[in-house]
Amino acid sequence: MAEVSLHKVNKKFDANHVVKDVDLEIRDKEFMVFVGPSGCGKTTTLRMIAGLEAITSGDIRIGDTVVNEVPPMDRDIAMVFQNYALYPHMSVASNLAFGLKMRKFEKSEIESRIKRAATILGIETLLERKPRLLSGGQRQRVALGRAIVRDPAVFLFDEPLSNLDAKLRVQMRVELKKLHERLAVTSIYVTHDQVEAMTLGDRVVVMKDGVVQQCGEPLELYNTPANRFVAGFIGSPAMNFADVTLAEKNGRVVAEAQGLSIGLSGELGARARAKANRQATLGIRPEDLHVAGAGDAPEHCFEASVEVVEQLGSEILLDSRVGTSLFVASIEPTMRVRAHDKLKLALKPERLHLFDAETEAAI
Amino acid sequence: MIEGAAWRKWVFYNIPLIIFVIVLLFPFYWMIITTFRPDGELYRPWNARNYMPFWTNHPTIEHIQYLFEETNFGRWMLNTMFIALVSTLISLFCGVLAGYALARLNFPFAGSLGTVIFITYLVPQTLLFIPLAQIIRNFELGDTPWSLILTYPTFLIPFCTWLMMGYFKAIPKELEECARIDGASRWKAMVYIIIPCAVPGILSAGIIAFTLSWNEFIYALVFLSSPDQKTVPVGVTSELIRGDVFFWGPLMAGALLGSIPVAIVYSFFVEHYVSGLTGSVKG
Repeated sequence: MAEVSLHKVNKKFDANHVVKDVDLEIRDKEFMVFVGPSGCGKTTTLRMIAGLEAITSGDIRIGDTVVNEVPPMDRDIAMVFQNYALYPHMSVASNLAFGLKMRKFEKSEIESRIKRAATILGIETLLERKPRLLSGGQRQRVALGRAIVRDPAVFLFDEPLSNLDAKLRVQMRVELKKLHERLAVTSIYVTHDQVEAMTLGDRVVVMKDGVVQQCGEPLELYNTPANRFVAGFIGSPAMNFADVTLAEKNGRVVAEAQGLSIGLSGELGARARAKANRQATLGIRPEDLHVAGAGDAPEHCFEASVEVVEQLGSEILLDSRVGTSLFVASIEPTMRVRAHDKLKLALKPERLHLFDAETEAAI
Repeated sequence: MIEGAAWRKWVFYNIPLIIFVIVLLFPFYWMIITTFRPDGELYRPWNARNYMPFWTNHPTIEHIQYLFEETNFGRWMLNTMFIALVSTLISLFCGVLAGYALARLNFPFAGSLGTVIFITYLVPQTLLFIPLAQIIRNFELGDTPWSLILTYPTFLIPFCTWLMMGYFKAIPKELEECARIDGASRWKAMVYIIIPCAVPGILSAGIIAFTLSWNEFIYALVFLSSPDQKTVPVGVTSELIRGDVFFWGPLMAGALLGSIPVAIVYSFFVEHYVSGLTGSVKG
């Protein structure tokens, strides 16, 4: 069992600075997910923890040991790769046994461990097969098995589900979650899929351009994003943004844009007052919008013209134009709305987000 | 495949293929038929009444007998086999290690070094044999199999290195990384994981290297002089062409028997050989 901590970790490939001053504490038995768009440095960070990439500067600790100079084989980690990296010339059983053989385990111990892992993953019948005879999901299980048999201190996952089809991915996601609960081993999981990140992670790290944008529990990222990038990256469909001016009117702060004038109250209003008469970005999630009714204050309503109606069955997504911005609203599936309709949308004032126009940090 | 009417398939696929196969196989056919023809038929003028260029009604093995009884052919075969095998093994060993290093170890100038190695393969042997002859003489290796075993790698190693480098690059590097996380040192990861995956590539390199050294002519001609040291290509041409007299029957018999070992090697490994050249390792 082990904590993993990164202290001021940097990675440069020649002139390319791909990981910048990353500070992270991954707790014992925690499931930590690194998420971000491609090229954000998440995989490089994982590979540095694995020891497959050298660190340019900073420290990585696993447990109490600084592992900067420790070769991968001595870090007590196991890694599952995106392409599974099963040894093609070995049977499934030999694939599982390889790591144990390299560590000079007793033969009986190797057999019992293989059996245990195979039972956990339901691959007992596949042990004699070669990897090329397995389906994608089965290969995925074998790759997981190879990590489990070793009983390592830390599991590392590098986009392990991205080669599976959508249905299998959802299924394996659930199994991974169950597996983590059962084994309770510190896990670090890299993905570009924010749904995977939200569903799997105890905590999630959002990265962009080699910099950690925010680290927190999934709902914390969702409800209080630290900046505009996190707000737009987490959540599907993505948060709506509109460029607004914060103006003071009749003692109240109002976010104004063409076709939009939203009164800000409460804590957000107080914080916005400090930035009065400045540019900002207003953010609201599609599910926090609804068709205006009698109970909605006029200062939280605005006109929208519907451009596209997306019927998803459980909800309706309205792609609509508000002033110069495009807003997506998620509304009740029972509503009858057609393209080119004009209607009034209202927002939940307590669910509004404001971001500084220059720094993009949350206000 | 060719789509459309049947005549299209014939014009663009079958007929060209048939022509190609005929052009390719005719020399072999000629070699075989000449081997089994009696001298009387071989030297018959083309306008004679019973001239029959493509067939014989009186097959004979007298040329093969001549080859084994009147020349050192058996000895040449053994020489060639020994030299080709040992120089292939040396070249494979060096080529696999060098190819791995160039493909996987990120040392400075790895890329340009790979190109330089390939360029050395392109230096023509007709230039290289002059300085090499000097070296062979200095080491007093002339007229021994070692003069060839040690000089063939000059073109075999660059070739094997180049081929293996490409093959190693095609093997996903995650395999090796996974092995290293699993507890293998770089050396063990290479021995247990990468080299077994590269067997098709190693076999192709070995087959081609074996063929190249089996058929090599100019070094063998220059470095070997006594009849019992010669290799098949040199022995056959030097002993069976005397002045301007060509002993066609034994010559063709020698060529036929000399090509059999190579044919056997190819037929054994043909599947590996093809997948080695098309380079496919599935994870």
